[in-house]
Amino acid sequence: MSENGTALRLEEIRKSFGENEVLKGVDLDVAEHEVVCLIGASGSGKSTLLRCVNLLEKVDAGRILLHGEEITRRDVDVNRVRRGIGIVFQAYNLFPHMSVLGNVTLAPQKVLQKPKAEAEAEAVALLERFGLADKRDEYPDRLSGGQQQRVAIVRALAMRPELMLLDEVTSALDPELVAEVLSVIRELAAGGMTMLIATHEMGFARDIASRVCFLDDGLILEQGLPHEILTNPKQPRTQQFLERIIEAGRL
Amino acid sequence: MFVGIIVALIVTSAGWPAVKEAFFNRQVFDESWREIAHAFLLNIRIFLIAEVFILIFALFIAILRGLPGPVFFPIRALAVIYTDLFRGVPTILVIYILGFGAPALQLSGVPVSPLFWGIAALVLVYSAYVAEVYRAGIESVHSSQEAAARSLGLSRLKTLRFVIVPQAVRRVIPPLLNDFIGLTKDTALVALIGPVEAFRQSQIDVAATFNYTPYVCTAILFILLTIPLARLTDWLIARQRKRQLAGGAR
Repeated sequence: MSENGTALRLEEIRKSFGENEVLKGVDLDVAEHEVVCLIGASGSGKSTLLRCVNLLEKVDAGRILLHGEEITRRDVDVNRVRRGIGIVFQAYNLFPHMSVLGNVTLAPQKVLQKPKAEAEAEAVALLERFGLADKRDEYPDRLSGGQQQRVAIVRALAMRPELMLLDEVTSALDPELVAEVLSVIRELAAGGMTMLIATHEMGFARDIASRVCFLDDGLILEQGLPHEILTNPKQPRTQQFLERIIEAGRL
Repeated sequence: MFVGIIVALIVTSAGWPAVKEAFFNRQVFDESWREIAHAFLLNIRIFLIAEVFILIFALFIAILRGLPGPVFFPIRALAVIYTDLFRGVPTILVIYILGFGAPALQLSGVPVSPLFWGIAALVLVYSAYVAEVYRAGIESVHSSQEAAARSLGLSRLKTLRFVIVPQAVRRVIPPLLNDFIGLTKDTALVALIGPVEAFRQSQIDVAATFNYTPYVCTAILFILLTIPLARLTDWLIARQRKRQLAGGAR
């Protein structure tokens, strides 16, 4: 179903908000089962890039291909495309009026038309896998940030996506809660999930990424294996960025 | 303390014995309350029927008004004109115009019952208010909720139905109830085009006895209806908060 194992291909992606051009022609290929980490300063366009892939933002120019299919065409069914792409947000965005189980089973029931019992059985299995089985009847506001973010990941996984987009998923968490979320992502990577991850956790990127891309001012300035980029960056901008990160004690 | 002073001032005033006789006559009360209470059932009926249509129709208007993009501009504009119009015209005029005007058209198939048109007028007027309440609720749900729902593959309509509207409605229950209470009282306006509800009945009784006690009786009935409504809302809000914040169990 895909040409030479490419899960996602971005060609010359451009996106502006008013006068402000956030993405200035981004090219990126993500292979099947690859974990690509996007690093870069706030405002460099990481989140916008992920939102474009999920069609939450409309690109101004360029093409996005998912398993060879161009999803940026005007006549594409966005709801069908989004079923195959899971996205997890920085602020969790759980539905506060639904229990954990309700959050996880909503889309399988209403989008995939699965019977309630089947959707619930699958949800419970996923919740168990990520240590959340006892939280199934809780409401999101009753959970810790780490638990909420794990539920958000489970909610995305319940649609059985072939690609996961993670947008700064640990940035809103207290430091002691970061590890539990990262371990979930590690497990996904080990299971072969294709992922595109925007992150500030450089240590995590080094451990988990097949490739690290440094995004600067709307362009991918440098990319390569994690240890190349994170310890031996060639571009001065990348060096500058990483120095600041090291000063802040994040690597 | 303050209330005590007011009460003391009233009962010691020179005119109090006459006012007491005219408004708080025990005998007149005993003779008239049954009839008025019976007529009040019509108010409750008008209220319940109108409320059901208002809740549905107003939500429809609110959603039309929130449709995005230039394609839906004419529909949005219609929704705006509707709310402007029916919030601008006094309820009593809408009742008169519909109650006397619509049957006079003598169109076949169009109901001629003043009760029908009275309820229709209340639905049209109150839907304009309630649509604005709904709209405020819908807009108060953060756009990240929509993003989360859409990202799971839910269509715009399903996102509204399962994610946005349920949260919006929960948030606007207090202002909605405020409009409910206004509606219970405005059911009395329907009397002006004919139907004998509690207020009209009390007018009839007042005319027959030359005593105003039936009005007080009607006032008491309205209060008896609105207070439980207010307490019910308080209870609903408290339960909702408890479920989401304090306790996990359903």
